[in-house]
Amino acid sequence: MKTKFALALGTSILVALPALADKAAVLDNYADIAQAKYEDSLAGAKRLQAAVDSLIANPSAEALQAAKDAWLASRPAYQQSEVYRFGNAIVDDWEGKVNAWPLDEGLIDYVDASYGGATDENEYAVLNVVANASFTLAGADIDASSITPDLLEGALHEADGVEANVATGYHAIEFLLWGQDLNGFEYGAGNRPWTDYAMGDACTNGNCDRRGEYLKAATDLLVSDLEWMAAQWAEGGDARSAVMADEDAGITSILTGMGSLSYGEQAGERMKLGVLLNDPEEEHDCFADNTHNSHFYDALGIRNVYLGSYTRADGSVVSGPSLASLVAEVDPALDAEMQSKLNATMFEMLELKLAAEKGFSYDMMLERGNAAGEALIMGAVDALVDQTRTIERIVASLGVDTIEFEGSDSLDNPDAVFQ
Amino acid sequence: MTHRFAAALALLAAPALVFAADRLADPHPTAVPRTAAEAARIAAVTAPTTEFGKPEAFETNSAGAATIPARAAARGFLQPAGNIDFDRRLEFELGNAMFEKLWVSSPSSTLASDGLGPLFNARSCRRCHVANGRGHPPLSGDDSRVSMVMRLAVPAPQTTALGILDDQAARPDPTYGAQLQDLGIAGMPAEGSFDIAYEEIRVPLSEGEEAWLRNPTYSLRELNYGDAHPDLRLSPRIAQQMIGLGLLDAIPTADILANADPDDSNGDGISGRAQIVQSHEYGAPMLGRFGHKAGQPTLRQQVAAAFHGDIGISSTLFSEGYGDCMPGQTRCRIAPDGSTEHHDNREIGDIGLDLTTFYAATIGVPARRDVGDAEVLRGKAVFYETGCISCHTPKFVTHRLPDQPEQSFQLIWPYTDLLLHDMGPGLADNSPEGRANGQEWRTPPLWGIGLTAQVSGHSFFLHDGRARSLLEAVLWHGGEAEAQKTRVIEMPKADRDALIRFLESL
Repeated sequence: MKTKFALALGTSILVALPALADKAAVLDNYADIAQAKYEDSLAGAKRLQAAVDSLIANPSAEALQAAKDAWLASRPAYQQSEVYRFGNAIVDDWEGKVNAWPLDEGLIDYVDASYGGATDENEYAVLNVVANASFTLAGADIDASSITPDLLEGALHEADGVEANVATGYHAIEFLLWGQDLNGFEYGAGNRPWTDYAMGDACTNGNCDRRGEYLKAATDLLVSDLEWMAAQWAEGGDARSAVMADEDAGITSILTGMGSLSYGEQAGERMKLGVLLNDPEEEHDCFADNTHNSHFYDALGIRNVYLGSYTRADGSVVSGPSLASLVAEVDPALDAEMQSKLNATMFEMLELKLAAEKGFSYDMMLERGNAAGEALIMGAVDALVDQTRTIERIVASLGVDTIEFEGSDSLDNPDAVFQ
Repeated sequence: MTHRFAAALALLAAPALVFAADRLADPHPTAVPRTAAEAARIAAVTAPTTEFGKPEAFETNSAGAATIPARAAARGFLQPAGNIDFDRRLEFELGNAMFEKLWVSSPSSTLASDGLGPLFNARSCRRCHVANGRGHPPLSGDDSRVSMVMRLAVPAPQTTALGILDDQAARPDPTYGAQLQDLGIAGMPAEGSFDIAYEEIRVPLSEGEEAWLRNPTYSLRELNYGDAHPDLRLSPRIAQQMIGLGLLDAIPTADILANADPDDSNGDGISGRAQIVQSHEYGAPMLGRFGHKAGQPTLRQQVAAAFHGDIGISSTLFSEGYGDCMPGQTRCRIAPDGSTEHHDNREIGDIGLDLTTFYAATIGVPARRDVGDAEVLRGKAVFYETGCISCHTPKFVTHRLPDQPEQSFQLIWPYTDLLLHDMGPGLADNSPEGRANGQEWRTPPLWGIGLTAQVSGHSFFLHDGRARSLLEAVLWHGGEAEAQKTRVIEMPKADRDALIRFLESL
């Protein structure tokens, strides 16, 4: 399980658990929202699958654009589900299959040789699955004569003997639809020609049939992975059962998910690290220039888990007893503070999203010395950090830190340390 | 840097003064000097106890204020120091992100995450340092070798190029380099793999007990770049646990050198030699502290060396984008490189390297368990009376470091002297490194050792994980520790059990 927030719990003091009503109902609603989010993600992936099938059957600029649109439309539901990743081991163990970043794009398809400082044609720049029916990877011989979901999640994955999902998932599909973003800090996303999927002599960059095979295999794999996860949250599913098994542990899962995504993952790894490293592609949805949406919907997912209310892709609403109501019962002011901070984060995220949609893309914001961009990103980072402090206070006030402590009473005693 | 070079010359000119603390550069020039009163307090608090009836003051907190609660779950080694503040915790998270980053091959859209290999042992730091715990040898012929690497060395004529006395001057294998990389990016054959064969050795103990030690033999296989050098020495090494490293980095050099006794002038059979290696950061010879033979002088250089040797990532300290590839490995040498202007023309820039170093420096050390338990206290007495503390030094006080509040002025209990000791032919890899000869190893820290099973799910110890339990690890001690081992073999079973119980409480 990811533990980016759990460490914060270590500093809180165990207090007697107040008697709170309806924890089971809160957890039930939490699981219902998860189910709805993964079902919406799955529905979006199936629409993407249909669009990909059409592109491969009848390649055209319009068909490629339709597939890109379907990909973009599939992301909001998935991003809102990410808050479930932290605190729910079953999600975290699986997540790398569908949303891993960075991507080993040079392993998948052709890449521009200007990246990475290579100055001339290099034979290794074309050693990718699309162009090669067989090659060695990580010391193993790979038979890629037929590109299937089994190849992607089997041989390619196992060659590294590692959970290095660098060639599957949303971002692999994104790369195959958009291609590399060669615009650096300038405006513009990846601009793969539709003819990369054209038949016969119209095919550009070679191996259009195999590129289509890869795209289809990756999309089919995404659909089956999301089907599996949606089932884990349905009645009787393992993820739902795990959450419901222990009420306090379940409430801890919600808070761990909110805190970990807010702090270490989103404020830290996904946003501040990009600012520090000034990498235009050190962002989540880099090929499509969709990173502002990725961040926005991640933050929205944190908020809707706290409020216990999620608006589905079709506009219907799943809502019920919430963590907010539990907190309000113990400390109404703390609940008001949490809601206020979640709203403040959404305001910062909205500013960032609107700026990006007006043409100030996330990769442009990341350019070194771009003060306006840094201010937009750091405004959101600061808001996420600030909301984390309140989440920590909620952990303490609900007294739900069920993590076992062993022989550590002395830690809070200053006399226990040599000064 | 002139004064540091002068220190190097002093090593050559006056061997007797080699270990004089003021002659070897300390990696913390900004440390606040100790007052005489402080020095006296530190001497008093770090003196080994002679009272075993109850725990010592501060004993529970192995890392002082940097100690963290001992967690029951596998994440015991994943938390930041207990005294880190909220803002710096975010830096810790960024460092964790660097530690978990999956490096990808170059060229790639990302500027900050590419440059893997071309030959490598792992794609990320975390891949080997699972849960920040100790690595292990492969459990079967097909098991992953990822938390154990095979270092390669060929003995060479001694040189005084760096001005370091007694430097053993090993060099890399001319074909395979300093480490066997068993993975490669697409199209790049891996260098090869290795096999381990174990032979069981029976060790009779007092009171009719016995133990079995497994003696390993290593061999290379599937070498893809031709024969290795005929005099190649293999040095298998498991990934080390990651806790408290910044605190070890912050021990004053003088305090470590104070325990060195290269000529065994006190006649206790234990020498303790300082490793001295070149610091690429300071451009001078420095005390080696990190690695199984203390081959790296600072944590930052240790981190950079691991990026370079294990993942194939260049930095300002190790500049080759092709990692450990040798001149004959031409395909590897000409493969695309992930360095960029934005990152100091290296694959990982100083910002990323510093974040990773901060993370590695600031991982918390779990508190002791059961310090007041009667058997633990009995075992502690056995540990002290048997002479284990001659090398496994219980206590140090770190430098006062204004810029490193988590490591500053803490009483720590690492149970290591960070010096080199001859451990006898049984443990020898016959592979020299710096001043360490083929029988010498750096005393490993023992803090957290009792949490190995909880954190890593196994109980393999020593540099190559050959010991399957703490008792086996003790019984492998030889050389300078031969007498101590013999006492463990001959002591009453109850004392031996108590000794292990004490180690488990660390």
